[in-house]
Amino acid sequence: MTLLKQMALSGALLAAFAVVGAALLAGSHAITEPRIEANVRATLERQLQEVLPPGDFDRAVSASAERIDAAEQLQALGTRKPVTLYRARRDGETVATVFDVTTPEGYSGDIRLLVGVRRDGTVTGVRAVSHRETPGLGDKIDTAKSDWIKGFSGRALGDPPAEDWEVARDGGAFDQFSGATITPRAVVRQVARVLRFAEERHEGIYSTGARANAPQSDPT
Amino acid sequence: MSYAKIAHEGLWKNNPAMVQLLGLCPLLATSSTVINATGMALATLFVILFTNVLISAIRAHTRKEIRIPVFVMIIAAAVTAVELFMNAWLHELYLRLGIFIPLITTNCMILGRAEAFASKNAIPRAAFDGLMMGAGFGLVLIALGALREAIGQGTLLAGAELLFGAAAASWELQLIPGFEGWLLLVLPPGAFIGLGLLVAAKQWLDLRAERRAPATAAPESTAEAAQ
Repeated sequence: MTLLKQMALSGALLAAFAVVGAALLAGSHAITEPRIEANVRATLERQLQEVLPPGDFDRAVSASAERIDAAEQLQALGTRKPVTLYRARRDGETVATVFDVTTPEGYSGDIRLLVGVRRDGTVTGVRAVSHRETPGLGDKIDTAKSDWIKGFSGRALGDPPAEDWEVARDGGAFDQFSGATITPRAVVRQVARVLRFAEERHEGIYSTGARANAPQSDPT
Repeated sequence: MSYAKIAHEGLWKNNPAMVQLLGLCPLLATSSTVINATGMALATLFVILFTNVLISAIRAHTRKEIRIPVFVMIIAAAVTAVELFMNAWLHELYLRLGIFIPLITTNCMILGRAEAFASKNAIPRAAFDGLMMGAGFGLVLIALGALREAIGQGTLLAGAELLFGAAAASWELQLIPGFEGWLLLVLPPGAFIGLGLLVAAKQWLDLRAERRAPATAAPESTAEAAQ
């Protein structure tokens, strides 16, 4: 057999294996896709419900996702990654929103937070949904390890006063935990930025049919 | 090679994790708790069983020059399929193990068995070898997970509901009340130290067995040399 023929045969064999492999994967994908989608949606909805006031809403909160990616808004939120805004509506009125926001200020990089904010500006709940903080030290922001992050619930920009939204080490009103200052500092500052953002753009965020992306009514 | 010998090779004498030291990336990274380790062990076992059978089945139809790309393709397809099924039916565990599931593809143990055994043996033996190598790897992974979880956070079977359903949530054992664990064992260095201890323990057991029965150990090694 000539070299050329050998190469052609090997190529054809490889291609045949690739086709069979791709067919297997396509089959697995078709079988698992609906379940995976349902899982992803259920996980997100459960995470959102954790930071929202109890009770039912008009429809699944996860279905109300609005992406915030205008540079000026991201700057106000202190992040570079796109932020997702969810609205929890009861009888057509937005009672609370959830910001899915990523702070880059963690000790080991990004911390993704869900911050729930009631219409009146109080925090309904904060959760760290993904982070790479040091096990045993910074990972106490995780509810699996400690209840620290639940301490935000019920607080607002006036309680404590806006300038006290810092960890105790920086003269603020929030306790850091032993062995870690950078992680809680990142979380406290990010929550404060979200609250400030929600206050400044209250109308765009909470009024019925509003979009945070829409131009503000009073451009200066 | 007899089935008994295949089992002995995979589980003890040529154990992928303690003797060949293959697949250390998933071994060290996912052994922080028993449940994480068990999930990874089952995924790896399934992949190596599946790929050993497939590779044995096609061994007459492939060519020497392209066998490695073919093996890699089969392994990658098997891992991706396992990843999809875990995502669908073990979603929480899938989220926990994260990046380490696709990385099973790079577990050298799987390509190693494909090349060294499955491509040269009939399907039943290849399947059994996959099962034993996978079990040998998995048991070490789980043992390391137990060691690190017990000393690192003072519990065993924390998070069992991720793998065994909601009823298993109560399986978690608090070994010593009030003991919060020795952080070092949970961190990456703990994985290396723990594995080192396991390897040392195996060597010690082997040496002790050899010293006790030098007469039986000798013929075995000559039989091997003759193979």
